[in-house]
Amino acid sequence: MKKDSANKTPVYFFGTCLADMMYAESAMAAIRLIEREGYEVIFPMEQSCCGQPAYNSGFPDEAREVAWKQVEIFSKHDYPIVVPSGSCAGMMKVHYPKLFKDSPDLFIVKRFSERVVELTTFLHQYANAQYVDKGAPIKATWHSSCHAMREANCIEDSKALLSQLSNVELIELERERECCGFGGTFSIKQPEISGAMVSDKVADVVATGASVVLSGDAGCLMNITGHMDKENISVKGQHIAEFIWERING
Amino acid sequence: MASNEKFNFAQNVAEALADSQLRANFRFATDTLIQRRSTVFASPEETNFLRDVGSSMKKDVLANLPDLLEKFEAQCTKNGIVVHWAETAKDANEIILEILNENSAEKVVKGKSMASEEIHLNSYLEEHDKEVVETDFGEFIIQLCGEPPSHIIVPAVHKNRKQIAEVLAEHIEGMEYTEDVDIMLANVRSTLREHFKTADAGISGVNFGIAETGTLCLVENEGNGRMCTTVPPLHIALMGIEKLVENVEDIPAIYRLLCGSATGQRITTYFNMISGPRKKGERDGPKQVHLVLLDNGRSKIMNDPQLGDVLKCIRCGTCLNHCPVFTRIGGHAYGSTYPGPIGEILVPQIEGLDPKGAIASASTLCDACAEACPVRIPIPELIRRMRDESYGNADPSKVALSGYKRSCVESMVWRGWQWSQTSPVMNKMMLKGLALFGKWIPKVGPLKAWMSVRSKPQFGKNSLKDLVKKEGVRHE
Repeated sequence: MKKDSANKTPVYFFGTCLADMMYAESAMAAIRLIEREGYEVIFPMEQSCCGQPAYNSGFPDEAREVAWKQVEIFSKHDYPIVVPSGSCAGMMKVHYPKLFKDSPDLFIVKRFSERVVELTTFLHQYANAQYVDKGAPIKATWHSSCHAMREANCIEDSKALLSQLSNVELIELERERECCGFGGTFSIKQPEISGAMVSDKVADVVATGASVVLSGDAGCLMNITGHMDKENISVKGQHIAEFIWERING
Repeated sequence: MASNEKFNFAQNVAEALADSQLRANFRFATDTLIQRRSTVFASPEETNFLRDVGSSMKKDVLANLPDLLEKFEAQCTKNGIVVHWAETAKDANEIILEILNENSAEKVVKGKSMASEEIHLNSYLEEHDKEVVETDFGEFIIQLCGEPPSHIIVPAVHKNRKQIAEVLAEHIEGMEYTEDVDIMLANVRSTLREHFKTADAGISGVNFGIAETGTLCLVENEGNGRMCTTVPPLHIALMGIEKLVENVEDIPAIYRLLCGSATGQRITTYFNMISGPRKKGERDGPKQVHLVLLDNGRSKIMNDPQLGDVLKCIRCGTCLNHCPVFTRIGGHAYGSTYPGPIGEILVPQIEGLDPKGAIASASTLCDACAEACPVRIPIPELIRRMRDESYGNADPSKVALSGYKRSCVESMVWRGWQWSQTSPVMNKMMLKGLALFGKWIPKVGPLKAWMSVRSKPQFGKNSLKDLVKKEGVRHE
């Protein structure tokens, strides 16, 4: 292992499986935002998924195997692990210790979980990121993912970053605290209920008059934009990292 | 007892979602209840402290339940309350019928009691030729319609004012259709007065039983509970064995948690503390008070440290109000006495996983219920446990009919998923495959479900791993 280049503080980056499949650009923007604050981002290539899909679907053994894979490859160093998703961060911080509560590896897992930081919390609280908005005036609205709100507790950080963008008018959703209906495998196991929820969420988004809906979670975005696309609604959906990166680079 | 043969959750959900009036009624009701709760629990510090108190209080009770129950029984007996133990729903029904028969009681007035709904007491008594009259306004309405409650606290919440006006005009003699709430209430009140006067017995639930003093506490707003428990010569109380508190001093905290969570009140209009039958020289009160302690699976649930948390529940119903799924489909779709998040973790344990385990799939695990629960039941974790149990993947499996949902196909899918997420080679192949052939995945199964309201997912040409390499991010 070579010494950290130019004495930059190293941080690990866990990209999430959705970034690999559909949101690679958003995750790249997240990496650029971390690098911009003077950190060196290290990306372990064997990373995959946090394990939440199986964990929430009645398959804890499979979830544990996948979780352990992440613990192993992110435990070579004690670097913080930055995650561009409140839901995956919540899984790794809050649920991994429960998943391994009867395992002799519990303490290794706990040390891993303590190092997990959601992206906007990292940028706001650790890096004290300061942004200058170079974009044109725009109306945006914000969707709080449930796990970002109730597990990763990062919503205030996300909003603090957005509030630095002077040309962005942030209009709150009427039901910001209500789930969008994604819920991982819920969306395909209970498609009718999920559909009712996402259509209410999209109606809420449209009612704000915003041209873009932002979120810190790709899962919610995939759900909300998927419905908007199907209904030919022209509001754009974007991950907060990609949005900020575009705004500060004009 | 439960109509399991007919239970079809998917069909119930489809019907509920298609009923726009029903959805509007539930949305209005849950919005109102959430808003009221938030005004009473305005301070997060105080609320969270109170929730800690409530949670540890119930935890202590459950940890010492056998001893406390014995103490409670002894104190009740000392107070002149006759205590009966019912291991099953059937036992409880038979005990209650026997008490009524011994006293030649033919007509019963009832206060609202979820335990009585759980054992389907009304239909049992009616089958044995007893006349049963529900006296809580909401319960009175749904009894007229022959429907079960759709909410733990507000049983007729699925109906709006107009629908209730129609029910009353149809069923109350001489009453004309009116949407004036005061007139509706006055009519129901005078109808019920006659029933109170002529009833041979009153049946109630119990919100808290105080072990130290043998006192039965009943929380209500309409005064009907007090009438049921004081006017007829015979009072029978039905109580789940988990509804104990240890001391009188425990009441203020748990009572405040219940009122605030259930209806957003600081206190209810009535709080009854029943400590026995009419004493010598007293001019009112029932001549006999019986208490039926209901187990119905509870002591089995208590034996598992994780599952046992469900017994902390004080039946406030706030998890229903905060649940985005309950708000969409309402209470009846769950097909059980206890709907919503608490139902998802309690009903499969009482009735078995097949078919009621299906209701545990009706959650996004958004955690809104756990955030509101006054006694901090980790509801989402218990929902996961129900899902693990459904596939026989909990170790050890404790819930009846565990593994009912196990299927080779689904097990193989998750095994394959595990492989694709733990083997770097498989992961790379999976991502390449999606990038190249993702758009040709046939629209069947999960993708069909996804695309019922969403467009097809657009898989990226590059995975993040591709980009990281291309853009020179340090990787290892």
